[in-house]
Amino acid sequence: MEDIKLMKGNEAIAEGVIRAGCDGYFGYPITPQSEVLEYLMMARTEERTGMVVLQAESEIASIHMVYGGAACGKRVMTSSSSPGISLMQEGISFMAGTELPCLLLNVVRGGPGLGTIQPSQSDYFQAVKGGGHGDYKLIVLAPASVQEMYDFAKLGFDLAFKYRIQVMVLSDGAIGQMMEKVVLDEQIPRQTNEEIIKNYPWVTSGKTPDRERNIITSLDLDPVKQEKINIHLQEKFKKITENEVRFETLMCDDAEYLFVAYGSSARVCQKAIQLGRDKGLKVGLLRPITLFPFPYDEVARLAKQVKGILCVEMSAGQMIEDVRLGVNGVVKVGHFGRLGGIIPAPDEVLNVMEEIFIRENNYGRRTN
Amino acid sequence: MEEELTRESICQHENLVYSRTSLMTPKALSYCPGCGHGTAHRLIMEVIEEMNLQSQTIGVAPVGCSVLAYDFLDIDMQQAAHGRAPAVATGIKRLLPDKFVFTYQGDGDLAAIGTGETIHACNRGENICIFFVNNGIYGMTGGQMAPTTLPNMKTATSPYGRDVVTMGYPLKITEMVAMLPGTCFVTRQSVHTPANVRKTKKAIQKAVQCQLDKKGLSFVEIVSNCNSGWKMTPLESNKWMEENMFPVFPLGDIKVPKS
Repeated sequence: MEDIKLMKGNEAIAEGVIRAGCDGYFGYPITPQSEVLEYLMMARTEERTGMVVLQAESEIASIHMVYGGAACGKRVMTSSSSPGISLMQEGISFMAGTELPCLLLNVVRGGPGLGTIQPSQSDYFQAVKGGGHGDYKLIVLAPASVQEMYDFAKLGFDLAFKYRIQVMVLSDGAIGQMMEKVVLDEQIPRQTNEEIIKNYPWVTSGKTPDRERNIITSLDLDPVKQEKINIHLQEKFKKITENEVRFETLMCDDAEYLFVAYGSSARVCQKAIQLGRDKGLKVGLLRPITLFPFPYDEVARLAKQVKGILCVEMSAGQMIEDVRLGVNGVVKVGHFGRLGGIIPAPDEVLNVMEEIFIRENNYGRRTN
Repeated sequence: MEEELTRESICQHENLVYSRTSLMTPKALSYCPGCGHGTAHRLIMEVIEEMNLQSQTIGVAPVGCSVLAYDFLDIDMQQAAHGRAPAVATGIKRLLPDKFVFTYQGDGDLAAIGTGETIHACNRGENICIFFVNNGIYGMTGGQMAPTTLPNMKTATSPYGRDVVTMGYPLKITEMVAMLPGTCFVTRQSVHTPANVRKTKKAIQKAVQCQLDKKGLSFVEIVSNCNSGWKMTPLESNKWMEENMFPVFPLGDIKVPKS
């Protein structure tokens, strides 16, 4: 019988990591994602799977605990919300430099600064373009449902270890807090120390006579060597770009007008499409699931088909820069965003689409 | 006629007091001649070797002069971000509780940028060892003021001397962590004389044993010289250390493990 539960998004990802065989969680409370740590503490993970859960003294300490565990080949994670993720950028950059796999969850709230605790998508640039110092990328997964919060736990760990990279689940306060039904999987057993040493020969596990010592460091003072490390990283990102693009399209086959949106905004656009189709408007949705790597090719393909594209984000316009790169000037691209923690309403979104592209007297007014 | 003394004639087995510790790599140390880091490295490696812990050990190197410690120590190591070594060690030890885990940190790393990580790892009683080399200055970056710089001491960023009114006082973090119930053994040693080297080795042995016995966090401060940063000869710097550092940072056990 299927194991189905009604859960909050934050609870779903917490249950997801337990079932994905996560070894350790290190985190610090912050709204709107504290349920992740609370759920894990309540779940008695030490007894259930042996998973370690520790409340750290700060987000900075959390990410460096993750660093220590990841360098031992463990499946480790942390979660936070925007201000906390900013604090973690130091550790994330160090993990990028040392190629340590981990899962990161950002349940985004409005900024800048303390901002608000309401949902937002204003951390897109930080998540997708690097975030910390140095040339690096994270794989960024954008869930649009509670089910995907759950599913991306296992997917995130799998990708993290496949490429030795940091995977960020870029959620928002709405997806984290809302409740939906979730189909749960069987428990995946945690890897034993012997399996880890066999599967990941680079880990620090104590030097044995049969091998050289393992060193985890992002430091090389020789610029020639440092350039080689950077080129290696770029090759990895290229491989990820070629192999890991994920997206979903809705009613795009005959679409004349296209929404591009991820996460909560994509859910709003789903409803806007219904409203539009009821009025006879041929509207569709492209929902990027990976924000890095971004589905540029699919954007380019649809750009040739449609008469206008509206990028809907809960930000002043961040993903739109990637949409424009994909469109490459083939068709007009508009933007609609609500800021500071406000979720747009479906009729509001549809109205903007109509105003920009469909009502002839206003054609192009809000494009930029 | 007297036999001419040559390197070969001197370096005979019967003349050797110390041999190279097998857990030190052949790489030449990058530390300045006269600095205490090399001795501190050697003592830790001797203890790990004598207690047969190489295959169980994961070390954490800091940012500072010992940022490249992993070049010299033949054990698995992780290089941590500045000040974060106790958090990194926490992650390791929580996930591999049977391993021997230690951090090796300087005063800027441990007592300035990493104060939070240090205090909280101690307060949680993480079952790790922290080896803390305190020379009262930032050596790697060229002799700037550290949290443990003495009052009126001149550094690159306190060129007229550390004015405690505007720059604060030397931070006695070792005494601070000794107050926390999570620490089991807290001591302050030095490596500037053979007698002190022997005492420091005993302290390191005791710290390692505390971890093997799962007693909580052991904290070994080693007051050291920085002859380059202090702009002195090695001998002058050791004398200056005795006369000026030890009154502020007195040597000895601050907290001993409960038997």
